[in-house]
Amino acid sequence: MRLEIRNGRLIDLSGSNDGRDERATLYVDGAIIAAVGSRAPDGFMADKIVDAAGKIVAPGLVDLCARLREPGYEHKATLESELMAASAGGVTSLVCPPDTEPVLDEPGLVEMLKRRGWTLNQARIYPLGALTAGLKGETLAEMLELAEAGCIGFFQADRPIVDTSVLYRAMQYAATYGFTIWLRPEDAFLARGGIAHDGEVAARLGLAAIPTSAESVAIATICTLMRETGARVHLARLSSAAGVELVRRAKAEGLPVTADVGVHHLLLTDRDIGYFDSQYRFSPPLRSPSDRDALSAGVVDGTINAICSDHTPTDEDEKNVPFGEATPGASGLEMLLPLALKWAEHASIPMSTALARITVNAAQVLGKSQGRLVAGAPADVCIFDPRAFWAVTRETLVSQGKNTPYLAREMQGKVTHTICAGRLVYAA
Amino acid sequence: MLTANPQLTPDKKLRHLLTTEGLPKSLIENILDTAAQFVSVGDRDVKKVPLLRGKSVFNLFFENSTRTRTTFEIAAKRLSADVINLNINASSTSKGESLVDTIDNLIAMDADVFVVRHSQSGAAHLIAKHVNQVRPNVAVINAGDGRHAHPTQGLLDMYTIRHYKKSFHNLSIAIVGDILHSRVARSGIHALTTLGCPDVRVIGPKTLIPTECERMGVSVHHDMMRGIEGCDVVMMLRLQNERMEGPLLPSAQEFFKSYGLTAEKLARAKPDAIVMHPGPMNRGVEIESTIADGRQAVILPQVTFGIAVRMAVMSMVGVSRGEVA
Repeated sequence: MRLEIRNGRLIDLSGSNDGRDERATLYVDGAIIAAVGSRAPDGFMADKIVDAAGKIVAPGLVDLCARLREPGYEHKATLESELMAASAGGVTSLVCPPDTEPVLDEPGLVEMLKRRGWTLNQARIYPLGALTAGLKGETLAEMLELAEAGCIGFFQADRPIVDTSVLYRAMQYAATYGFTIWLRPEDAFLARGGIAHDGEVAARLGLAAIPTSAESVAIATICTLMRETGARVHLARLSSAAGVELVRRAKAEGLPVTADVGVHHLLLTDRDIGYFDSQYRFSPPLRSPSDRDALSAGVVDGTINAICSDHTPTDEDEKNVPFGEATPGASGLEMLLPLALKWAEHASIPMSTALARITVNAAQVLGKSQGRLVAGAPADVCIFDPRAFWAVTRETLVSQGKNTPYLAREMQGKVTHTICAGRLVYAA
Repeated sequence: MLTANPQLTPDKKLRHLLTTEGLPKSLIENILDTAAQFVSVGDRDVKKVPLLRGKSVFNLFFENSTRTRTTFEIAAKRLSADVINLNINASSTSKGESLVDTIDNLIAMDADVFVVRHSQSGAAHLIAKHVNQVRPNVAVINAGDGRHAHPTQGLLDMYTIRHYKKSFHNLSIAIVGDILHSRVARSGIHALTTLGCPDVRVIGPKTLIPTECERMGVSVHHDMMRGIEGCDVVMMLRLQNERMEGPLLPSAQEFFKSYGLTAEKLARAKPDAIVMHPGPMNRGVEIESTIADGRQAVILPQVTFGIAVRMAVMSMVGVSRGEVA
């Protein structure tokens, strides 16, 4: 299949200079971008032409965390429903964490997931294997086997390792093979029982609190062990100003560390919890406005490499309970692009920077070649109308998870076409 | 996202009572004035008024309580309501029934007022939100949700203070003990700041004072001798047994040494200071027995006023309920 995407404004930040932001035509041949510019490659005859006039042609989004809920939680969402949601959100590559049931700690499960994803013919799935067997934090998972089955790294999901010696050994072992360890930095003891940021909102609402030191203590520990083991670490879902500063210093020191933030944490704070609105329960918790501002600055200066959706679809019953009993997290695949654009507007930075953080910079964390609109790159493309508004409703959301703080709100920026490996997987 | 105050009707009448926070000053005064009319009902031969005749009040206690449940029951009966007591504890949730399912079932039994106690902060708000969607003429009264609020206790404390001190405008009030876990403290603080009390102090060890507590409009003290200085009112809080030893406190004895109310400490307050406690008291932990039984203690009048305040609140949400229907 040959595709010609014409008349669109192409934005691509993968180049060494400021990248490309101009009206240009994209020529796709099979799964690869054949050419970019005004001249078609010799002999190129398009099977299909997409007119992107008035729209932005960007690389397909790379989401560093999307829970697909399979296997084990099909009542919350299925691979099929969530991959459709990914396509509707312009996401063409996604990383799925191992917190399924059973946990992704066996090669067979990973192969099954990849095969299921493959047959659905949507976004590319990059599974993270469990770092420890059953995510129990006690014994190491078979990292080598899991890597051979297709895992791109090893993650402890939302279950911090309590025993520091296990963490130390896991990092040593991963470093043996050059694997990247993903960790959500949270001290298990300081976070124990907590449900909200330790500040005036938790004080007022009487919610058990998680101090920011839960994050900074964990990062300090991880960095210390990185120096000793030489392991490469990706820090997932930073939430605090102190955490951002520690990562900034670790990078300045030259430690092989990358980091991401959930898109909701760039826009929301604990103030938004209002009268115990469980849609605002997140893990890590939404923190204070100054933490949010520090996260934002961290994304702008590159301390935080990427923004992810931290997509967590749940069924409605899991949110229709008292705040402290509600399942944390929000559905996010379809909101990643519009919320990243909204953040760029709030932070007064160019749209292209926000796009880079959800495309090429995220791909770089994975060591993948996606996120670029250049000849020879994978033909993963997201075409969107930056001026179009759409209402977030139970009906408009493709994801089975309707849990979002933005329900009944308007979003600006609507995906019109998604192309993954040269296939048109979504057209509005 | 912050929406309209869920406990008020569009014309600012009491719809539910969920927290003292955000209640208009005039509404709190209105509740206290209404309660004043009910105080004398207890002295009559026939201790009943017919305001809620034919109405059903469901006491829905997901957490154990004898005292609060009983005072609500008495208050409802004095208003001539039918009272149904349900102690649900953890057993129904272990059977897998969700909180909103329980509420739906009780609504189907034609409840008019729910009095709810639950171990989770925000449970009463959740129930009120749900009730608004499915049966808008049912009212919810929060009888304690987790650490968050215990508004009828806060209001009866205001009634007691107003009874003895007449006005709030020149008072210094100390709240002492486990602020972190106390819904009584939170409800008291919001009511006091709304009523114009200029000097609210919280006193306790750092482990029992929430972070950024000052943002609620109080000053924080860790030295009780200094914190209690010149106070008109000393509100002691109950220390839960499970907090007496562990990472928050080494022992009940050590707590008493620093924060237990003794004659020596009380001497630093004004000579006419009143001493309050929401009960049940741990004598020798929060408060010395001679103080608890002494001339400055108003702990038993608090209980009596509590019934009148609960009658006032029930009659108000019951009446505004009638207007909605």
